[in-house]
Amino acid sequence: MLEIWQGIQAAFWLIVTFDADLYEIAARSLLVTCSAVAIAALIGLPLGAWLAVSRYRLRRLVIAVLNALMGLPPVVVGLVVYLMLSRSGPFGVMGLLFTPWAMIIAQVVILTPLIASIAHQSIRDLWAEYHDLLISLNTTRPQRIKTLLWDSRRALLTAALAGFGRGIGEVGAIMIVGGNIDHVTRVMTTAIALETSKGDFALAIGLGFVLIGLAVAVNLALHMLSGTEVRDRW
Amino acid sequence: MIRSILTAIALLASASTLSADTLKMAVTTSFHNSGLSDILLPEIAKDTGLDVQLIVVGTGQAIRLGEAGDVDAILVHSRKAEDAFLAGGFGTHRREIMYNDFVLIGPSDDPAQIARAETAAAALTAIASAKAPFASRGDDSGTHKKELALWGAANILEERRAPGWYNEAGAGMGATLNTAAGLNAYVLADRASWLNFGNKQSLTLLFSGDPVLFNQYAFLPVSPTKHPHVKHGLALKLEGWLTSPRAAELINNYTINGETLFTFNAE
Repeated sequence: MLEIWQGIQAAFWLIVTFDADLYEIAARSLLVTCSAVAIAALIGLPLGAWLAVSRYRLRRLVIAVLNALMGLPPVVVGLVVYLMLSRSGPFGVMGLLFTPWAMIIAQVVILTPLIASIAHQSIRDLWAEYHDLLISLNTTRPQRIKTLLWDSRRALLTAALAGFGRGIGEVGAIMIVGGNIDHVTRVMTTAIALETSKGDFALAIGLGFVLIGLAVAVNLALHMLSGTEVRDRW
Repeated sequence: MIRSILTAIALLASASTLSADTLKMAVTTSFHNSGLSDILLPEIAKDTGLDVQLIVVGTGQAIRLGEAGDVDAILVHSRKAEDAFLAGGFGTHRREIMYNDFVLIGPSDDPAQIARAETAAAALTAIASAKAPFASRGDDSGTHKKELALWGAANILEERRAPGWYNEAGAGMGATLNTAAGLNAYVLADRASWLNFGNKQSLTLLFSGDPVLFNQYAFLPVSPTKHPHVKHGLALKLEGWLTSPRAAELINNYTINGETLFTFNAE
């Protein structure tokens, strides 16, 4: 219990003294996860919309598999991405292993099914509502997808934030493909794992509080930018 | 805000543009958890201009990374695994750098009375007979291999190490020490990691000094014939520094609470 109190103090001092290492790994955490969320959203949102408006064989199976992939184990993704990027793997020549790019790739793999699945759920409901209207206007499929994506943007923001939440707290995959190298691939979660293994629980939990604060700040900032929850607005 | 984003992007970019003097080295958790790497790396950068990036893993994984060509050199401590690595043609040669020793850690009330044991094997036999809780690395690391060799020497076979008292953590040195602290269990650790460990609780050093507990660290550059992309020249430059009088001074003078952790013995 004492460690938790010491952790709060450690977090406070790291922040107010502008600890350079803390700000560096926090910035790297944000950069890796935000890049991964952006790429995963670019793939996942149109994919979710396409899956919602199209009718194809084995639709139920495809949707069920997509939903199941939301629970993709990060450590397995990390291992597969490691084997792909390793010098003796198929993409070894690119030399991406143990760089932030490898961490972004691993997180894109983890986050895309999550974002696509949540997007699919909300767009499916909207499509049921818009179906007759969009059909009678004789729209093409790309036009329908565009309309649905735009009109469900609030729900899609939630999908992106869920992806951000999973990515920022993820440690299993980025530890394997990033290697937790100081000043290169060390991020908040791998730093917490390192301090825990050194038995320095106060610093570990301090970093944990900073990480949680970071996640709250990002969510709050996005809500402010999208102008929700102001006075009597829904 | 924009400036901080730009700084962050610059950080990311600089990390991936592999400057000529960046070297990736896989090291054992015991080397890193001891805190010695924090002393050596800045000095290496200052003296040679080498930016050594450490991948901290167990000896088993370090050797795998070397075999795959994902690192330029490895610094490990398991003679058998090192010899197999060289025999497979994955490394050019093996250079001994320094040594420390393994110690047996356990609860301060010492239920198996290992503090009075004559040899490491006798101490392990006492733990097994008392069925006192024991935490094993269980991760194919150098420390784990040493521990298995010691059980073999004590003639306590795997079947006798029952899950009731023998706990395989499957984790690095620090994490296993955390497990031992939580279970109030005996554990084999290298002296450096133990001295630098922050969560000792009621654990204490109970047994050391048997010559079989000697722990040699060696540096092995990855073979450029097997993996043409590895920076063999830089690895040799690093080896030159690690075996220099400057390294000897830093390694021998690194102490925690007045105790020396490593002894330099490169030739």
